[in-house]
Amino acid sequence: MPTWIQLVFLACGVCFILALKGLSGPKTARNGNILGAIAAVVACLMPFFWSDLHLRHVPLIIIAIAIGTIGGVYGARTVQMTQMPQMVALFNGVGGGAAALVALLELHEHVSADIHENWFVWAATAFTIVVGATSFAGSAITFAKLQDLMTSRPVVFPGLRYLFGITLGAAVVLSVRLAIAPSVWLAVLLGLIGLLFGLLLVLPVGGADVPIVISLLNAFTGLTVAAGGYVLSNVLLLIAGTLVGASGTFLTLLMARAMGRSVANILFGALKGGSTLGAGVASDRPVKSVNPEDAAIMLGYADRVIIVPGYGLAVAQAQHSLRELVDVLGERGVQVDYAIHPVAGRMPGHMNVLLAEAQVPYEQLREMDEINGDFTDTDVVLIVGANDVVNPAAKSTPGAPIYGMPILNADEARQIIFMKRSMRPGFAGIENELLFDEKTSLLFGDAKDSMGKLLNAVKAL
Amino acid sequence: MILATGVVWLTIFVLSVFVGIEVISKVSSTLHTPLMSGANAIHGIILLGAILVTGTTDNNLALVVGLIAIVLASVNMVGGFVVTDRMLQMFARRKPAEKPASKKDETGGAA
Repeated sequence: MPTWIQLVFLACGVCFILALKGLSGPKTARNGNILGAIAAVVACLMPFFWSDLHLRHVPLIIIAIAIGTIGGVYGARTVQMTQMPQMVALFNGVGGGAAALVALLELHEHVSADIHENWFVWAATAFTIVVGATSFAGSAITFAKLQDLMTSRPVVFPGLRYLFGITLGAAVVLSVRLAIAPSVWLAVLLGLIGLLFGLLLVLPVGGADVPIVISLLNAFTGLTVAAGGYVLSNVLLLIAGTLVGASGTFLTLLMARAMGRSVANILFGALKGGSTLGAGVASDRPVKSVNPEDAAIMLGYADRVIIVPGYGLAVAQAQHSLRELVDVLGERGVQVDYAIHPVAGRMPGHMNVLLAEAQVPYEQLREMDEINGDFTDTDVVLIVGANDVVNPAAKSTPGAPIYGMPILNADEARQIIFMKRSMRPGFAGIENELLFDEKTSLLFGDAKDSMGKLLNAVKAL
Repeated sequence: MILATGVVWLTIFVLSVFVGIEVISKVSSTLHTPLMSGANAIHGIILLGAILVTGTTDNNLALVVGLIAIVLASVNMVGGFVVTDRMLQMFARRKPAEKPASKKDETGGAA
């Protein structure tokens, strides 16, 4: 490899570090991302300028890049903000799949040219193939769960843990075998086992924990790319992959901590046969319902109101009406804030993105730790499309899947208005005691529809 | 002293692990989603590896598999950066949006 290309790769590696650094601060995030994009494009142009490489099939390669680019841009530009988590999962999965294929091809080239490598190179190849395939299949299941193509509840069946153990064992044994005596068929088999492993890893994970799994699979793909870099003797892939693998693992731990869960518990909770399964059905216990006019009076004559927005708000596209309602209440002299749970939405920080889309002023968004003390002085809490993040079961019911997750203390407010479409439980599939609290009134209906009625009723006060 | 090649690789790996953790250690939960998405785009650099292996093969089947890998990797890389930019754009748009209400056109998107 010419020295100047190696230096370009070094510069690109530095740009990736700066990109990640930028992405972790609100002011620098966008520039950080653009810097990363530029570095990635420059790096991918290098093979075309590397004359000793004698790159062939150039027209086909360019067509393939064009197809992928069009697909990627189309997906990225048209995806709804509410569907962002599954989009990230999808992009991550295809990256993992690509890494596995690259390692497979490199192995094929070496075996057919009868090049002998250090056993460690073969071991890294095996790792790339297994983990890349795991990431691909795992991400596909994650996508299906979030896109409602399959149930979001944990899928467990008898013998799952044995099958899981056997698959893991087979992956290890075959990897060792590949490291000693590499062959293409063995590598293909290893890829298939990786796919099965990804399936078994994600199926038992419940809907509410899926975001953590996306982050973990993202870290997996990073490590896969790093191992692929070693196999291809490409320093840039090693650096970029390791950066993503390390930061992705760290981010996964941060998210799990925000939900009060351990990563092991999320992944293997269902395997141990714990009660991660919720009721999943509507309850017929009595509740108090309210019409929009009465709800408007409660809100309009309050001094202090806190809004708890959830994923349902964004799905119903009611965030614009909500912002208008908050503006009208503000004009009436009501102090209104939004309480944002760290995992509101379907990914940590997702709700901030969704409200930013509706141009809600940043100052009105208050994080959980900051606002949790204020609920006792609050006249009305308006809960729109949220459920699990205010479920007191997280504090009171040790067996509940969300037990231990920090929640918003909505139950401490004087009155609670719950906007709900039906009595069905939230994403975690468990009943919410707060719905049956005597302070709680339920405003049934589609969030957008109810929000419009509520807005008109408040304006009419 | 000349380091063994394997040791050089290990050194780069270990240092990258520390850098990777260090650079994101102070991220606020607001940015978790864009950060995950941006990191996701960075590992799309596997596209470079896919181009290298595909462009040096003689075998037709390997060429087909390689082209598939290129398509997948480009989706990961390009899609990842564009979607991250779209998200971050919403955070950035907040400030100017308060003054002139006319600036509503959807611009931007780096590829």
